[in-house]
This record gives sequence, structure tokens and C-alpha cells, in this order.
Amino acid sequence: MDELLKILKNNALESPENIAKMLNVSADEVRERIADYEKRGVIKGYQAIVNEDVLDIDRVTALIEVKVNPEREGGFNHVASRISKFPEVQSIYLVSGDFDLLLFVVGRDLKQVAFFVSEKLATIDGVQGTATHFMLKTYKHHGVLMESQDEYERLKVSP
Amino acid sequence: MNTNASKSVRDVIAGHLDAVPRSGIRDFFEIVSTMQDVISLGIGEPDFDTPWHIREASIFALERGVTSYTSNFGLLKLRRAIAAYVDRMFGLRYSPEHEVLVTVGVSEALDIAIRAICNPGDEIMYHEPCYVSYGPLIQFAHGVPVAVPTSIENEFRLTRDALEAHVTPKTKALILNYPNNPTGAALTQADAQAIAEFVIDHDLLLITDEIYAELSYDHEHISAASFPNMRERTIFLHGFSKAWAMTGFRVGYACAPPELTDAMMKIHQYTMLCAPILSQEAALEALDEPENDIAGMKSEYQKRRNYLLRSFQEMGLSCFEPRGAFYAFPSVRETGLSSKDFALRLLEEEKVACVPGTAFGPSGEGFVRCSYATAFDALKEAIKRTAAFLKRL
Repeated sequence: MDELLKILKNNALESPENIAKMLNVSADEVRERIADYEKRGVIKGYQAIVNEDVLDIDRVTALIEVKVNPEREGGFNHVASRISKFPEVQSIYLVSGDFDLLLFVVGRDLKQVAFFVSEKLATIDGVQGTATHFMLKTYKHHGVLMESQDEYERLKVSP
Repeated sequence: MNTNASKSVRDVIAGHLDAVPRSGIRDFFEIVSTMQDVISLGIGEPDFDTPWHIREASIFALERGVTSYTSNFGLLKLRRAIAAYVDRMFGLRYSPEHEVLVTVGVSEALDIAIRAICNPGDEIMYHEPCYVSYGPLIQFAHGVPVAVPTSIENEFRLTRDALEAHVTPKTKALILNYPNNPTGAALTQADAQAIAEFVIDHDLLLITDEIYAELSYDHEHISAASFPNMRERTIFLHGFSKAWAMTGFRVGYACAPPELTDAMMKIHQYTMLCAPILSQEAALEALDEPENDIAGMKSEYQKRRNYLLRSFQEMGLSCFEPRGAFYAFPSVRETGLSSKDFALRLLEEEKVACVPGTAFGPSGEGFVRCSYATAFDALKEAIKRTAAFLKRL
């Protein structure tokens, strides 16, 4: 992967000036390349990684396994695309194994997610069955550990 | 009360220690350690944690009760892995049974290498500025340290001319350390070849400390030991501290022909006995997929190096491009301050710690060592503060 993308994936807030110094190019070139990535849809957006457990937000996330009857034309894509459009669905993946689609769904509470599954998801043509797992605690999200450990302090000066 | 007590205590200290100075880094550390909120560019070790699979392997070993001594040479499976790695990475072939000795860091390897070859009065050359222990270790072995200054004009590379100016009939060996701490200098193929020819022409031994070899930027590292007829007169030193971020594990190794290895072994077996077994297990794991472990850290160091160089340029601090290790060695001559005053004032006024070049020998005067094994956010803040400091000067 391009070094510029690696830097942004690690910290999207890094200034073009600093990135320019790291990559030994000009800041204008960095701006242009970022704009180009955005235009080509390589960079789809920028988000903060929020530790919701700290905020005490009353919100639940569920991981939902979905078994799907693939269609003769279009396979899983048609069903996946329909499910994707629900705003409750944060992420959706086609996976190998015992089920076909893996969903991450958020809701205000357990009841709301249950309602979504039984009334909206399970009733879609082609959906054979679902299994819902409510998430209890987040340890690591997008490569970031949610619980900060005490920093071990190194020597300030060493040979 | 015996008023002569302090005098008599001093009298029991071995005389040759008087000639050995305290480490300049140690002095500076004493000052820094009394201050709060210091951003340090003074650290000669990676800021990364040891890769998790290596830590996990040593935890697993501990759980299995792997807590015993090992062979004096070190675990055979580790020596085999080391021999394979040194062959692949440096093009040097050593027998794991007779020519590889696992040590407590490269520090111990250096000590026993020097003691194994040095008779009282033998001269041992090393280039300077250099790592702080070379001179003192030669003195501990009752040898005569001969520092060969390198300079910014040659980007701190060691030249044959400089070597010829310091070699005498008493010269026994040359210690080489590239990529270099503290300058970040690296040797070109031609440099390494000229040094190898010098060593052969004067019938010397070479002790080469290549601890930073993996951290070479924009070029392939070349070992002076890899030239024809060098292997039989070389003690090759390497370890895991820098490239794998394993400083606290204290594990390194020496590779040399059997006679030299046996001589080092004599000292090692009666002093250290063996390197800690958990560290050896960790080192074995580190050699499993070294390229994977190192690539990410190296690419991060390289970005920080670029950032630091361009930032120095912008604030008018001249600095040659370091080609290895994780140090930049900017010149502070134009500020009119000595290395020590520059470092002291930067510390007192802006709470940024760097190490005066003179801690690495007199030829380090006019320079400071800035380590970029420092998290990027801290590096940015250090640059901001240093720029403010320079503006006020």
C-alpha cells in the first residue's frame, strides 16, 4: 500500500505539511494525491475511533449471521444490497462457512434490534435464517486497543 | 574515628580504572532525570514494543518451565537459526556448532571479543564518534585505545587515509560499527572494501559490530567481513536489541572462526555462563519471520528520519543525511555554542533532551545526537520547541 495511505490510515488528521516531510515531497503534492484518492473513491471518508464504553451510551451493537438462498442471477449481491440500505446496518460482509452474510447492526436497545431482525431482516426474500449475537464489550476496534494500559516508562537518556 | 578511611577505600580500587572516564551519557542522564515533562531525543533504543509473537513465545516458554541454564554456547537450535540468518542477510557462513556464541547482548560480545585478542599494550583502533563502550572495554583489557576521528566532510565514513594515519606496528585490531551510533553514517561498498584491504594489508583482526544492519535506508547494507580473506580474521557481532526492539532481553551473538570462538568462550563460560534461556527462546522466535517484524518499524523510522531532516533544514540546522540506525547528528556549530552548552540550554529552556556529540568522543564536538526512535507526536513537539529555541539564540 502507498505510504501516504498508510499514514492516513494511522492518523487521518496528520497535516499535509508533516506528511510531506515524512515522504520527502511537497505539501501541495500531498494535497493533490489525497484529493485524487478521494475522487477515485479509494478514500471513502474519515471517521474518529470512539470508545463508546467510556461514554456510557445506551446503545447496543449486534453481530448477526444470516443464511441466504442465493438467487439464480446475482447470487448474494441482490439480497446483500437490500440489507445494506437499512441505516441500522453498519457493516455487512459476505463470508465463507456455516452462514453467508455477516452484519453489524446498531440499535437503541435490545428490543429495537430484535424488532429489526424479526420484522425487517428475516422477512426479506431469500433470507433463510439468522442468528444474533449482542456485543458485550469492545477490547480492540480498528486496530486500536480500547483499554489503555499503564505506559511503561523508558529511560529518558540511554546509550 | 579513622580519618584516613576515604583514602584507604580509594586505594583498593584497581588502578587502571582511573584512566577510564564515566560515560558522558550517564552524566547527562543524571540531569535529565531530575526534570519533569522532558521530551527526549536522547534514547538509544526503539520506542516500539517487542513484537507480540516474540513476547508471547517467551511467556509460553516460562509457562513450560523453561528456566534452566543452557549450553555455554547457547541453545543449539538458536545457533542454527542465527547461522542461517547471518548467511542469508550478510553472506557469511558460520558453523552453528563451533563458530556461533550466544551472548548477553552485543555489549558482552564486544567485551569478550576484545579480551580474547588483547595482550597488555596492544593497540586497538576504532572510529570516532562512536558508541561509548569501545574505548573503556579496551582499557579494561589493558590494551591501548586508538580513536580514529571521522568527520562531517566524509559524512562520518571511515577512510583508508584516516586509518593509515593511526596504524602502528603495535596495532592488533580494528573495531567497526556501521550503520553507526551516534552519527547514522553507513559505509558504501567501496568504503567497506577499502577497510577490508587495510585490515588484510596490516595483518589485523576486525571486530565488526553490525547491530544496526537491518536499519539501512535506501541502500543495501554491506559487511566488511564479506570480502575475500576477511572471514578468518573477523569477529562478527550482532544481536536483537535494535531491529527487533528487544533491548531488555539482552541477547546478542558473536560469530568467528573456531579458535577465536573458543577463546571468547573461555571468558564467557566463567563470567556469564550463558545468556538467559527465556531471552534465547525469544530470540529464536524473532528469527522465525524477521523480515515481517522489521519492515513496519523500519518504514516508520525512515519516515521520521525524513521528517527530522526536513525540519532541521527549515530551522537552519545543517545535518547530513543519515543512512542507517535511528539517529540524526545535526551540526550546532553555527549557533556558536559547544555541543554540551547547546544540549544543556535546549534541555533547560525547552525541555528537549538530546545527547551532546562529545559523549561519543572529542570528534563529536559541534554536533548533537537526536534519536528518532521516538513516537511521532513527541518528535513533532520536540521539533517545535527546538525551532523556538534556535529562533531565540
